[in-house]
Amino acid sequence: MKYLRLVVANLMRSKRRTFLTVFSIAVALFLFCTLRTVITSFEASLRASEATRLVVRHGASLVFPLPLSYKERLAQVPGVTGITYGNWFGGVYQDPKNQFAQFAMDVPTMFDLFPETVVSADQRRAFEAERNSCLIGRGLAKKFGWKIGDTVPIIGTIYPGDWRFTVRGIYEGKTKDVDENTLFFHWDYLNESLPEGRKNYVGIYWLRIASPSMAAAVSDRVDAMFQNSSQPTKTETEKAFQAGFISMIGNVQLLLTIIGSAIVFAIMLVTVNTMMMAARERTTEIAVLKTLGFSNGLILRLVGGEALLVSLLGGILGCGLAALIFHEVDFTGGGFFPNFRVLPETILAGLLLAMAMGILSGLAPALTASRLKIANALRKVA
Amino acid sequence: MRIPLAYNIRNLAARKVSTLLTALGIGLVSWVFIFTLALAGGFQSALKDTGSRENAIVVRNGSTAELTSIIDRESAAAIESQPEIARATDGQPLATHELVVLWNLARKNGTSTNVVVRGVTAKSFALRPKVRLVQGRMFQPGLEEIVVGKLANERIAHCSIGDKIKLAGHQWVIVGVFDAGGTSFDSEIWGDVELFMPVFDRPVYQSVTFRLDEPSHFAAIQKRLEADPRMSVKAVHEDEFYAAQSATLAALLRGLGLFVTLIMALGAIFGALNTMYAAVGSRTKEIGTLLALGFSRGAVLVSFLIESVLLALFGGLLGCLLALPVNGMTTSTTNFASFSEIAFRFQVTPQMLLFGMIFAAVMGAVGGFFPSRNAAKRVIVEALRQV
Repeated sequence: MKYLRLVVANLMRSKRRTFLTVFSIAVALFLFCTLRTVITSFEASLRASEATRLVVRHGASLVFPLPLSYKERLAQVPGVTGITYGNWFGGVYQDPKNQFAQFAMDVPTMFDLFPETVVSADQRRAFEAERNSCLIGRGLAKKFGWKIGDTVPIIGTIYPGDWRFTVRGIYEGKTKDVDENTLFFHWDYLNESLPEGRKNYVGIYWLRIASPSMAAAVSDRVDAMFQNSSQPTKTETEKAFQAGFISMIGNVQLLLTIIGSAIVFAIMLVTVNTMMMAARERTTEIAVLKTLGFSNGLILRLVGGEALLVSLLGGILGCGLAALIFHEVDFTGGGFFPNFRVLPETILAGLLLAMAMGILSGLAPALTASRLKIANALRKVA
Repeated sequence: MRIPLAYNIRNLAARKVSTLLTALGIGLVSWVFIFTLALAGGFQSALKDTGSRENAIVVRNGSTAELTSIIDRESAAAIESQPEIARATDGQPLATHELVVLWNLARKNGTSTNVVVRGVTAKSFALRPKVRLVQGRMFQPGLEEIVVGKLANERIAHCSIGDKIKLAGHQWVIVGVFDAGGTSFDSEIWGDVELFMPVFDRPVYQSVTFRLDEPSHFAAIQKRLEADPRMSVKAVHEDEFYAAQSATLAALLRGLGLFVTLIMALGAIFGALNTMYAAVGSRTKEIGTLLALGFSRGAVLVSFLIESVLLALFGGLLGCLLALPVNGMTTSTTNFASFSEIAFRFQVTPQMLLFGMIFAAVMGAVGGFFPSRNAAKRVIVEALRQV
């Protein structure tokens, strides 16, 4: 540690080079954090899912609904302690680019099943009392500037028509992983507006079970119950259901990982080069240090420490910037990433990566310097 | 007088490791740039090329995808009897009505995905000349037989000729594989629409597609259909219909790609600056000599700039070479307008490679400018005095 001053002094000697290197590493780590956050924000729904919640949907695909009459039978399955249901609405607000989720929910039971949807008692009462009202997430309220009492016009695609909902409540998520960009409205209101043939159908049932260990048994029991009906079910934990959605995005995660690796590798090459040039220029100096009695090991640590310090500085700068910027601007990527925020794990991984880059890029010059033969080095005129 | 180019090339060759590391760094930036362009381009062309300008598609008013659309039999018949529709060789209107459902099927890797199952007529093939049968034979109308797209065949479990898959409680034999020329049909499963309707319990079609006899007649037919009181539909050029589905995601991919590459280019420029400053620093005496020999300051500046751009172009070339194998790689994502899986191939075009090279050259020029100016500003006596 007492040689820290020497390391710092060496770095300060070529301020321009140190500055450029720190910044190029910061750039790499900033991008690493950004790409990693794209992946983790896709997975926010996984972290927000409850182990005691099951999702029941049509066995063939989400497009087909289940009859409302399943509700009573599902509620009676042993182990089920609560049930709610809803339909994906899939409407458009003004422009198809304004993507956000809308659900028609059974309002009397939804808060029981989704305690993470936090709304004040007054607003909840107002929402429950009015048939054509809606409850919106804080993120939506902020994005579109909607306030309590505003009317939100939505054009239906699955359920055609011009729909109007009055905002009666704005909810917040109990944790940061809960999506705050959804619009909920009354399933009853949707149902009564539908033509006779489409009435009384439900897209998804959510079941609460007494303990997570019962998930497999309850799922099997539910699916066995409807196996031979014309509308078979598929029951799985909420986490498995969300994971299915994430897998639909496909190989994006792999692609982002490839891009991220290329970035880190590219910047590492550049850093290796800089470190090698820095060490090469000081060949004579290192020889002098050795003559003074600095051991090979110490030289190794001095040159290596310089690379490590530069990388760490770059890492802190890059990760810090990413955390700060994405915290300040409400980036949602056109509605694709409703929960875009840099996780502490991501920052930690970024800093570890910066350290690894530092060690790797310092290795070659440090080894060369420590193996330097004094006589050879002093003989060479710089 | 200009300093010979050979001077720069030899200089780069003299510092092999340093040159290679910097070039590779710049090359990887070009690679990422081309990679993201190829990704967005492949996705967009899969959807855009799905539609043809000569065709028009009719869906329910308000629907952005076939999945949410409903066209009943009477409306379909009314649409297909419009006078502006081209005639097939058999004298019938060149028009088709199709049923579209999503079905959850297992991928070969064990995960599951939503596949578009499309009920088609004989005219569906005539309307889409890109769709060609490459293996096996066509399904026979009325039999429980289906044909699958090339990418469905590659990626979905039990999708080879002779296999059977279960859809809506029936076992369907796969009798053929078709190539749809990189369009989104490549990810689909096709069968007889008249058989699909009772089996999938769907009394209505999802869309009607037809060929116009004259492209200029589109406006007339669109106006008439959309004003028809018997139905609430909209007519769209087929290419625009599919392009709209890809617009948001392709823009997002492009935006992400641009964002990543621009920021990354900054990092690479810092690297190039470092390398060139070091090159200038270690050649102070050489620069002094050049100036003493009578080369102008401008010539020195240009020479160092050329060296930097050469270095970057070498890197760009490496990036392009690394990008070539990416071409044709298959990946998949979800078409969020229809919630179905769409597989597509990366498309590396010569234009993208050119962009990659230009991008590299710009990085080299920007990264080399300040060190070159630095070199040109040297005072001869001081430069030569330096040991």
